[in-house]
Amino acid sequence: MSIKHEPNPEQIKEQKIYTQMGMSDEEFEMAEKILGRLPNYTETGLFSVMWSEHCSYKNSKPVLRKFPTKGPQVLQGPGEGAGIVDIGDGQAVVFKMESHNHPSAIEPYQGAATGVGGIIRDVFSMGARPIAMLNSLRFGELTTPRVKYLFEEVVAGIAGYGNCIGIPTVGGEIQFDACYEGNPLVNAMCVGLINHEDIQKGIAAGEGNTVMYAGAKTGRDGIHGATFASEELTEASEEKRPAVQVGDPFMEKLLLEACLEVVKSDALIGIQDMGAAGLTSSSAEMASKAGHGVELNLDYIPQRETGMTAYEMMLSESQERMLIVVKKGREEEIVKIFDKYDLDCVAVGKVTNDKMLRLLHNGEVVAEVPADALAEEAPVYYKPSSVPAYFTEYQAMENVEPKVTDYKETLLNLLQQPTIASKEWVYDQYDYQVRTSTVVTPGSDAAVVRVRGTNKGLAMTTDCNSRYIYLDPVVGGKIAVAEAARNVVCSGAKPLAITDCLNFGNPENPEIFWQLEKSADGISEACIALDSPVIGGNVSLYNERSGTAVYPTPTIGLVGLVEDLAHVTTQDVKQVGDIVYVIGETKTEFGGSELQKLVEKRIFGQAPSIDLEVEAARQKALLSAIQAGVVQSAHDIAEGGLAVALAEKAFGANGLGVEVTINGSATTALFSESQSRFLITVKPENAAKFEDIVNDAVKIGAVTDSNKVVITNVDGTEWINGSVDEFRSAWKGAIPCLLKSEA
Amino acid sequence: MKFAVIVFPGSNCDLDMYHAIKDELGEEVEYVWHDETDLSGFDGVLLPGGFSYGDYLRCGAISRFSNVMSEVVKAAEAGKPVLGVCNGFQVLTEAGLLPGALLRNKNLKFMCRTVGLKVENNETQFTSEYSKDEVIQIPIAHGEGNYYCDEETLTRLKENNQIVFTYASENPNGSIEDIAGIVNEKGNVLGMMPHPERAANDIMGGSDGLALFKSIVKHWRESHVNQA
Repeated sequence: MSIKHEPNPEQIKEQKIYTQMGMSDEEFEMAEKILGRLPNYTETGLFSVMWSEHCSYKNSKPVLRKFPTKGPQVLQGPGEGAGIVDIGDGQAVVFKMESHNHPSAIEPYQGAATGVGGIIRDVFSMGARPIAMLNSLRFGELTTPRVKYLFEEVVAGIAGYGNCIGIPTVGGEIQFDACYEGNPLVNAMCVGLINHEDIQKGIAAGEGNTVMYAGAKTGRDGIHGATFASEELTEASEEKRPAVQVGDPFMEKLLLEACLEVVKSDALIGIQDMGAAGLTSSSAEMASKAGHGVELNLDYIPQRETGMTAYEMMLSESQERMLIVVKKGREEEIVKIFDKYDLDCVAVGKVTNDKMLRLLHNGEVVAEVPADALAEEAPVYYKPSSVPAYFTEYQAMENVEPKVTDYKETLLNLLQQPTIASKEWVYDQYDYQVRTSTVVTPGSDAAVVRVRGTNKGLAMTTDCNSRYIYLDPVVGGKIAVAEAARNVVCSGAKPLAITDCLNFGNPENPEIFWQLEKSADGISEACIALDSPVIGGNVSLYNERSGTAVYPTPTIGLVGLVEDLAHVTTQDVKQVGDIVYVIGETKTEFGGSELQKLVEKRIFGQAPSIDLEVEAARQKALLSAIQAGVVQSAHDIAEGGLAVALAEKAFGANGLGVEVTINGSATTALFSESQSRFLITVKPENAAKFEDIVNDAVKIGAVTDSNKVVITNVDGTEWINGSVDEFRSAWKGAIPCLLKSEA
Repeated sequence: MKFAVIVFPGSNCDLDMYHAIKDELGEEVEYVWHDETDLSGFDGVLLPGGFSYGDYLRCGAISRFSNVMSEVVKAAEAGKPVLGVCNGFQVLTEAGLLPGALLRNKNLKFMCRTVGLKVENNETQFTSEYSKDEVIQIPIAHGEGNYYCDEETLTRLKENNQIVFTYASENPNGSIEDIAGIVNEKGNVLGMMPHPERAANDIMGGSDGLALFKSIVKHWRESHVNQA
């Protein structure tokens, strides 16, 4: 055995070497019991990485079980590379979102790039053609050089990978808050299209069939990346930079094209991406899912470096690799396809019937572990949870208005908050048009990508206001799903399903676990109310830097179906004389709002309330109105309240303005973040029909050719009156100005 | 008229070019893999955008050695229309079919947006359907689109009326004399950074690029009528 400097099984146990790999004493004992002997170094590595939170969800499983995952539209729920939803005509949409937070905190360009690469592989390993990317990013305040560096490099990494591979990055969201300063969040989502008959699974079935390795060679990069992702970040994390992988989007483009040819072959049994925990997870999971075993001869693994040990090969997270199971005797057909793209594709093992993952290296068996033990039998922990003191305190608070004196100045200020400000500086760097199917480009409520060859489209968005979730995880969880659905409905689509990325702090802390548990409750309720089940996702815990946790951030990625491209609607006002309507009532709700943050420099109190029944009814009515062709533009009212939403509606329309009259207390009417509200414009001739369909819509004003945003109180007091150009340039200039970069 | 869309490893606008020709223009089109050695069956050659060979050495520097490139040169010499867009333009300069080079954008960032292009020369087989000085809206998406050439070349480009498109208002990448697209001296090889194939259908936000392809087909039809 080529153990070189590897400790022997007794040393591993006595010196507790397994703890360095993230295993607890109890887990090591479990592994020993499963094997009936002490695991060797390689086997300890296999257990530790497969039982890491990142691979096993051992801390979050009880929470994930809460999610509704079924529905007539769901063809594949959680458990495979990505979930799949039917869109009719024999086609389906495949999508998933995944985090790459820890790598991005240490090495932002490659961390973000490989996050993109990983999620793309998850989608094409299902047999689907990736057609769009989205992302959801969180950073500290854009004031320190470190945060600016992380922000610029993460964006460059996403652009570098996505642009090169030729999948448009069509949408996303970014928020800035001090809690993300040391631990940014980088969540990437990929959406693919597939014909039902091409759907693949990651299974290693049929004794004697051949296990093949395709794609990039294995190097020493990313060893134990999944374990690294399951720890808190500290100053010492910088030393883990070698655990961050390096991406090669050109390699992945070739791998993508080759794999999409391979899935058309009936010689293929199963295919899975080598993502987190690389060869280990793909081989153990494929064997376990099929109820079989896999035997790999590591001598045949294409290697980038010499002298790699079994441990290193199995735990490497080198990118752009796939594991494929092929009918015995038909390997050459598959090799030929990869040959066309100059890619390695070699037989590295076979499917067995003994349910073991067995590894051979230099003529010896170097590891022998039941595949199920690795893939399915990780311990599940039911973590204690407790209500944080802050929550009790905040719940007891009254809703009060932050003090505002100059409304116009406040609106200008809000428009310059990086969370609200234009993200053009960001999406200008993403190729959002490649594949010539992007019907609604970044900047509107949701992006819309057409389904070529049909008259249908897919609307997609990512959303999560983590401040609300911090203040109240149940309510905040509901809002996250509801807002994503609102965005999709505003674009003219019916929500289909969601993927989620649960970014939280250390679950050993009962208050963090409480946030996780409660937000899952909120998300689940909203998913049921809005008929959008969870079809997959990912969990990222331990998002803490030196003891400070990020806000609970369960990002929602939602995809909806546009039944007819004629229904596609954007947020910009369209025509002089159109009537402006508001849907939904405004209450004094400032907990976690942009205005509260701006004025009070902190957030507190209660999150805005939400009634899911009302939400569902409004979304349904609005979608009916859009489908009936009586809506000119639609926009949801979100961060910054009605005034911000109204200004945003005017930014995309040259020369047009809006004038509205509203009532109530000015600060509340203008800036409250009450939920389930929309701003709609309608042609005068369609007003009656619109009001018929959306019976709680209230007429508040009209689209003008004045190039102004004017908001007046019913008593005639002018609250805000300014030129669209003035508001737009504040909104557009904020991020470039903060970065002091030419844009 | 039958077009070839050349596909290099890493090309990614091949599909866009293909569908612009097939769905929007209604002409025949086929993908041609980079190791093919015969383009004789095609009337026009399209080199699409993307990141051929990952753009790892220098954009287009490896692609020019592909088998198919000697065929592209032959097609150009035979007078067939050859259009290189974005990465395709970079390949054409690397292959010596067009003068100059494409440098990194002046702000060192990739940029994706729709820009105004001024038609400087509408007397080419690629631009006859535009009017002179017309401003058209065409998307760009590139990190290395900053066209550069030496003084002598620039003088020649001007004298021969080889500058076909310039950026109308803002120059996004810092190119010399706002150049966005040029033709060879013979006028049958066009390289441009903006993507006309992305502006071929109003559902994509505009169709100003379609006239470019229509010009090619019109010229081809006319010259074939003359030959017959």
